[in-house]
Amino acid sequence: MDKVMNIRNGVILTFIITLLLPFIVQSQYVLHVVTMALIWAISVYGYNMNVGYVGSLSLAHVGFFAIGAYTLGLLTVKAGWNFWLAFMAALVLSAAIGFLVGLVSFRTKGHFFAIYTMCVGFIIYLIIDKWDSLTGGVRGLIGIPHPAPIGPLTFDTLTSQYYLVLFFLAVTILVAKRLLHSLLGRTFLAVNNSEELARAIGISTRKNQLLSFVISCFFAGLAGALYASFVRFIGPDIASIVLGFEMLMYLIIGGIGTLAGPLVGTLLMVWLTQSLQFLQDSRMVLFGPVLVLLVIFYPQGIVGGITNHWRKRRKRSDLKHSESKLPKQVPSHRVNARR
Amino acid sequence: MFLKVEQLTKRFGGLTANHNNDLEVHKGHIHAIIGPNGAGKTTFFNLISGFQPPTSGTITFKGTDITGMPPNKIAERGIARTFQTTHLFEKATVLDNVMIGNRLRTQSGFWDAIFRTRRERREEKESLNKAYKVLEFVGLPHLADEPIAGITQEQKKRVAFALALATEPELVLLDEPAAGVNSGETDGLAALIKKMTKRGLTVCLIEHKMAMIMSLADRITVLNQGERIAEGTPKEIQNHPAVIEAYLGGGQPESSRTETV
Amino acid sequence: MDLFLQQLLNGLSTGSVYTLVALGLTMVFGVLHIPNFAHGAFYMIGAYVTLTVMTILGLHYWVAMIFSVFVIASLAVLSDRLVYHPLRNASPLQHMIAAVGILLFLEALAQVLWGADYRRMETSYDDVVHIFGLTVTEQRLLILIAAVVIMAALHWFLRKTMIGSAIIAMAQNREGAYLVGINANVISVLTFAISGALAAAAATLASPINLIFPAMGNLVIMKAFVIIIIGGMGSIPGAILGGYLLGVAESFGATYISGDYKDMIAFVLLVIILTVKPTGLFPGRVH
Repeated sequence: MDKVMNIRNGVILTFIITLLLPFIVQSQYVLHVVTMALIWAISVYGYNMNVGYVGSLSLAHVGFFAIGAYTLGLLTVKAGWNFWLAFMAALVLSAAIGFLVGLVSFRTKGHFFAIYTMCVGFIIYLIIDKWDSLTGGVRGLIGIPHPAPIGPLTFDTLTSQYYLVLFFLAVTILVAKRLLHSLLGRTFLAVNNSEELARAIGISTRKNQLLSFVISCFFAGLAGALYASFVRFIGPDIASIVLGFEMLMYLIIGGIGTLAGPLVGTLLMVWLTQSLQFLQDSRMVLFGPVLVLLVIFYPQGIVGGITNHWRKRRKRSDLKHSESKLPKQVPSHRVNARR
Repeated sequence: MFLKVEQLTKRFGGLTANHNNDLEVHKGHIHAIIGPNGAGKTTFFNLISGFQPPTSGTITFKGTDITGMPPNKIAERGIARTFQTTHLFEKATVLDNVMIGNRLRTQSGFWDAIFRTRRERREEKESLNKAYKVLEFVGLPHLADEPIAGITQEQKKRVAFALALATEPELVLLDEPAAGVNSGETDGLAALIKKMTKRGLTVCLIEHKMAMIMSLADRITVLNQGERIAEGTPKEIQNHPAVIEAYLGGGQPESSRTETV
Repeated sequence: MDLFLQQLLNGLSTGSVYTLVALGLTMVFGVLHIPNFAHGAFYMIGAYVTLTVMTILGLHYWVAMIFSVFVIASLAVLSDRLVYHPLRNASPLQHMIAAVGILLFLEALAQVLWGADYRRMETSYDDVVHIFGLTVTEQRLLILIAAVVIMAALHWFLRKTMIGSAIIAMAQNREGAYLVGINANVISVLTFAISGALAAAAATLASPINLIFPAMGNLVIMKAFVIIIIGGMGSIPGAILGGYLLGVAESFGATYISGDYKDMIAFVLLVIILTVKPTGLFPGRVH
């Protein structure tokens, strides 16, 4: 039981630190980088809810990030919409396009699905890049407004934007957690484990894959919209497949399918990228092989690895205390200790 | 008739895996399907459980035509199946694996998950209770919290049974349930299959272990090269010339040999 | 009419390059069932290697190409032995992620070694020739001819040699090939070597009419994927047909529709095809 308390205390501590962070770090630059990392983390959480939960590798994820960003950008800059209205529209549009794309793409399987979504992602990129009159093409879209005030809350300062992003990240993590531990989440994992077996026990694999895909597109769109309002400038490169690969890397390093993995992976990699600034664009010379080594030797990632380790230790200590075992009864409430 | 298969044919390109096969399974029976390797037994199961659409023919379950339905719909109607090689979720516990078997009897969706609604909690509890119940039935309640990776082959077979039973089926299709386990364990599994029918289930199984089949089955259908060559009680099948030839001679049976004993 | 023939010729030469890249990709997929996302990076490195040995060692274009072919073939074999082979029992997801890792590494490596600038490869085949009233650069003609020669050689190798037939056997039926005692490791190494060699040859042929830069492989590899899906994953004739078709379609698209969107043709085509036929145009060739 003390193990669980440790995890809980760890979570509480992390939460307190993140809440107090603007007061702890004085550097605006650091706060800026952290805020960006949290935005990436939202997107990676979304990615995880598809790749990690049901196991279908979409390479269009970054495209939906861009759809969210450009929807917000275009509606506020060109159409003059109210910020939050445009924000909602960005989320709805990302999910809706995700639904349409998913409807078609889940007719394909495995490798075909990955290649199909890669093409969809590239079409999104090309549309943004080539449709000059709408998106501004390679010149990008500038002058995206900060989030509009909600009542007394304003979002002009970096600190307030940090809290806004933190809020959305917290919501995202809550959804990811609730989902993972729900009947629906179990269904996703069953589909991931074996589509054949899932169908044999009455689960519609396509329906579940589609649902998880739409959820992941929604969060990609959310991250994109936040990115646009935070950076206030967007270009076609936010839809580039390389950025998508980077998000995938954060996820794999943190731990695919785990709850803390996206956050751990993103924060770690952003921190590493910052510390290895002298490498600049060539940091992949280092990270590429790391990704490969991880997939070969440690596919469960950092969080997955630690969880496995803990589980083994707990089992060992369970065996020691096995003399005090009580006759098994159906517990009225069970703590989910999966993954 | 509980399960009635009429004139079922499946062709893959030029290859006929199943040719005009009929099958009638009575409620409460154990009906075995036997035949040499490549006789089309697993294809036959795949057709009944909806994993492959038949080229022609009909499948009727409890009076409803289920031909061409997707597997999840067929499972909802009460036909569960196991596979030759079970892909259980190795990293999860036995209980978690079995719990998902109740999913098709639950309704909770995305919003229930997010808001942990009363329905979600109730259905979760129901699934949990049912999982314990079926684990008890297959004799593994003590392994509920064990990860799949840590249990034996025979125990995995039992978990696969439990998972199938958790879907609340009326008919269970077992594809080589005793493959890869020793003879003592085979007897245990046979007793478990017998126990299923005592609870009102109907069982249809593919198996190679003849001793097990002969003592267990109420009726046996013999397939060879995609065609039914005999059907009858274990005793009738043992003395059936076409069966003996198929197993010993491996000759080319003609369709004229198809007969019900 | 002239414009039509002109564009047809241009399309065929572009298509030749696509075909060579797609051939390597489809062979690796056919034999090993790996969608090698890193294949485009092989293509890119191939162009840089040729360029480097031409400028630094002063080697002749064709000698440089042979050099590059050997380097990239070794690189491909290395990736097989170090990455794909250890993953042979892993899930498709792990394969794809590993391929992404290789791709990211090679792209960054190119940037470190050669910089992010666009480079141009000088060619001694700059002259314009006139045939049948069409104007075409010598380089484009060379691409057309060289591609056909390479494909003929490949065809000869696959059909007339023992080891070549083993590759075909493996692509058609993996289990069967194991049963008749084909050494899977040898086949795997050889297939990767051929795919790398084809990529290097294609890159060297295309470089004088295109630019060389670290991300140059991305678009090509994506188009190659489209081609092998259109042609059937693992199918060699399909890759050839698909490659030429796409080259011609792009060429006409750029002329008659819009130059801006010509790169989109392949992807829209693929999306339409997979929407109508989720298993590709020629399913069942590879299982």
